[in-house]
Amino acid sequence: MVKERRSIMKQDHRKSEPKVTLELGLEHGLTKEEYELMLGILGRTPSYTELGIFSVMWSEHCSYKNSIAVLKTLPRSGARLLVGAGEENAGLVDIGDGLAVAFKIESHNHPSAVEPYQGAATGVGGILRDIFTMGARPVAALNSLRFGDLSNDRVRYLFKGVVKGIGDYGNSFGVPTVAGEVYFDASYTANPLVNAMAVGIVRHDQVATATARGTGNLVMIVGSSTGRDGIHGATFASEEISEKSEAKRPSVQVGDPFTEKLLLEATLEAIQAGLIVGIQDMGAAGLTCSSTEMSAKGKCGMRIDLDAVPLREEEMTSYEIMLSESQERMLMVIKPEHEVGVKKIFDKWDLHAVRIGNVIGEDRVKIFYQGELKADVPAEVLVLGGGAPVYIRESQEPGYLEELHSFQSDQLSLPEDFNEVLLGLLKSQTIACKRWVYDQYDSMVRTNTVPTSYDASIVRIKGSKKGLALKTDCNARYVYLNPRRGGQIAVAEAARNVACAGATPVAITNCLNFGNPYDPEIYWQFTEAVAGIGDACRALDTPVTGGNVSFYNESPDGAVLPTPVIGMLGLIEDVSKAVSSTFQHEGDMIMVLGRDLGEIGGSEYLFQRTGRLLGDAPSMDLAAEANLQALCLELSLQSLIESAHDCSEGGLAVALTEGLMDANPSLGVHMTRFPSPEIRADFALFGETQSRVVISMLPENVDEVRTAATFRGVQATVIGEVSGDATIKLSSRVNISADEARLAYRSAISQAVEG
Amino acid sequence: MSLKFGIVVFPGSNCDHDSHYVAETILGQDARLIWHKESSLGDVDAVILPGGFSYGDYLRCGALARFSPIMKDVVRFAKNGGAVFGICNGFQVLVEAGLLPGVLLRNSSLKFVCKYVHLKVENSETLFTSQCQRGEVLEIPIAHGDGNYFTDLETLKRLEDRNQIVFRYCEETGAITEEANPNGSLSNIAGIINEQGNVMGMMPHPERASDPVLRHTDGRKVFNSIVESFVRQSQLS
Repeated sequence: MVKERRSIMKQDHRKSEPKVTLELGLEHGLTKEEYELMLGILGRTPSYTELGIFSVMWSEHCSYKNSIAVLKTLPRSGARLLVGAGEENAGLVDIGDGLAVAFKIESHNHPSAVEPYQGAATGVGGILRDIFTMGARPVAALNSLRFGDLSNDRVRYLFKGVVKGIGDYGNSFGVPTVAGEVYFDASYTANPLVNAMAVGIVRHDQVATATARGTGNLVMIVGSSTGRDGIHGATFASEEISEKSEAKRPSVQVGDPFTEKLLLEATLEAIQAGLIVGIQDMGAAGLTCSSTEMSAKGKCGMRIDLDAVPLREEEMTSYEIMLSESQERMLMVIKPEHEVGVKKIFDKWDLHAVRIGNVIGEDRVKIFYQGELKADVPAEVLVLGGGAPVYIRESQEPGYLEELHSFQSDQLSLPEDFNEVLLGLLKSQTIACKRWVYDQYDSMVRTNTVPTSYDASIVRIKGSKKGLALKTDCNARYVYLNPRRGGQIAVAEAARNVACAGATPVAITNCLNFGNPYDPEIYWQFTEAVAGIGDACRALDTPVTGGNVSFYNESPDGAVLPTPVIGMLGLIEDVSKAVSSTFQHEGDMIMVLGRDLGEIGGSEYLFQRTGRLLGDAPSMDLAAEANLQALCLELSLQSLIESAHDCSEGGLAVALTEGLMDANPSLGVHMTRFPSPEIRADFALFGETQSRVVISMLPENVDEVRTAATFRGVQATVIGEVSGDATIKLSSRVNISADEARLAYRSAISQAVEG
Repeated sequence: MSLKFGIVVFPGSNCDHDSHYVAETILGQDARLIWHKESSLGDVDAVILPGGFSYGDYLRCGALARFSPIMKDVVRFAKNGGAVFGICNGFQVLVEAGLLPGVLLRNSSLKFVCKYVHLKVENSETLFTSQCQRGEVLEIPIAHGDGNYFTDLETLKRLEDRNQIVFRYCEETGAITEEANPNGSLSNIAGIINEQGNVMGMMPHPERASDPVLRHTDGRKVFNSIVESFVRQSQLS
């Protein structure tokens, strides 16, 4: 009886499948032109399931339709790159010894804006799958976060939820979260940015590909069962955040790190056993995206029978199954003779591995359900790089730039109390210590994380002396004030951090967070920032291995600051030579490398003084930057320096103070000389001129360091020494105890969050 | 002669390889990973229950792991006097399996916490701490959300009377203070041993502080103690 009723319900459900019209197409986010293009491709009106497939594959999130033309201008080749950007789920970089690093960064901003815990957790889950679907074992996770001010209740809710979501997922999965950055700005109040990066290591001969091949091969779905969670997640991410967004909460997926851990082990076991032809994770647009992309890449097709898909909810329609973004699933193509072997491995890990179809020679994806052909679409036209639409949008230089650039820095009076300025900077949420955040992340599991403070995190590679140096970076204020230069600086600073730690910058991944690309000023920011990234990547020889674009980061209050986050991969040949960012011994000499130009545009100092974002971004001479980084590397290789720390937010004064924060509590800094005495004291101490590094060294090494700097054409000025009196004395201007600075620096975030 | 470590792998164990690396590569002993669905430990001298999230630990940490097939043999091994060492989640499993008294609650901060802490060695006369001095302070990291050790006062008194508290959270100086307690554990307890002296559980991760490349090696004393105890035993017999 029950059974009968159910089948009637199914019947009804099927009958009630909406009729596809232009209006319904528009509701799905397609434009009129795109709707007509779809009709032309199919030569008929699509079924409801087909409309779902087209709309999600042509959504901004999956198709990159408004960004791909610009992204193609980035340098995407290099001797170490084993796959090109966008070719596989993540970039792949050769690190020698037969090993490669897979790494990528991705946004999960929109889900995190409405459901911070699950939004952030599944962001981590998604990027981890991108790594292990290539056969690489994740060895490190990083994240780059942006929030409004913590004095806002909603912001605190988002902040706590995101941090807990990232922690709970990574901690349980067993990947160390080794680094990250958090910036605070009012523009992110309703639309936080949550960018998650993952890094994995794989042997060259065990790299898996996301390609379907071999007519007759089996298509299998593995991992979790499929539910209704996350339907339209990709489409949701292609809209602005508004009051209506709360209603999209069901579009947010739910994460299960335990299952992901099982999926990791089972997947790697199957790949290493040579049982897999092709594999892709099911992230955005789930089965739709994975089946069409794998098919298009292999220039073949798939016949899929949805009745075989393990479901966690009843009465799901073909539309829902195809669009579900249930987490912790993978699509695999295997040879028929390996079905038993694959099932055995997944059984061991208590996971589903179910045959749902076959690879077919015809380049179409055919979806059958309950005895009916529900969708029959050509794969190629759906995917990025194939027939998905590509647009170059209207672009216009923003009107705000002229006004902001007209700011004259000499309008600013000298501050009365430099001590207060420094303490204020140390307490500012962006500069303050993020221990409240990172103590919640397991940063050490897998016992590879070298636990000292470095400008970039160091993860050693067992069985060798080598290590990876990892860093994410982006000062979005600079990008807002000067998108091209801001893009350059984001890359340069990330690379500088890696070089400070003693590693060679090798390649980047990027996560480009912007507002609505249909706004010409936003699109201009985007194209300029990407051009800047390209300039710097070429100058520093760090090609782009891939990444992610997140548009529509807007709320009714406006767009977020343009935030192109750079994830930098560096390689260090001998981790024992890594250079700490912390001062080491009393009596060491402190030197500044690089020339000070006294720039305060876009600085935290100027913001603290005026409450506004003003001026132009600091200048960037990429050739000088490259020389500086080469010098840092050389000094570390020759073991000439005891510490190296980049000058960034808060300028020289904050860089010097940060060098003490994790140091022996008895140490202090005594600065007796400015690198450029003609520059105003506040600009010299708090200005954010780029391409400067604070280093310390034993007194007997000063001459040799100076010689090396001269050879590279880098200005090197001894400014003082590491003292033993636990105070910070910066010429006659600043005189505070190291403890007071430490307290300000360490307590600001926990006080703001927990009161 | 090397010691044979058996490291149990639950589906959500994630520190299994870390312990394996220390036992095999750092200490040069034999180490074998034992899948939790196996019914026998086989020929091993000491068993490690590693850290991680054995079954996702959505219910209560370690509550499901105790029902894994291998646990029957772990209990048998322990009852016969075999050395069993639970680290972090492994400690939680030992408590759930009734091999150690008490329970591990959510951290009092309600937050996961990962950082280096200081531990005072309260009992150096165990097979897990023989290479330490009594009162010595070790620097070893913790990484857990549920490490808040709790038991009734009667049990606590018994633990104290019988010298079963092996490690307490302390200041760098060795002072046992509330500030040094990272999770709210009763009496700053970080690790305990059973009455027979062959089963120890601790929340901190000594395997994370055993490799000079990672700049901390205090944790090695715990592993060295296990190895030394066996060497001594085999010399005696």
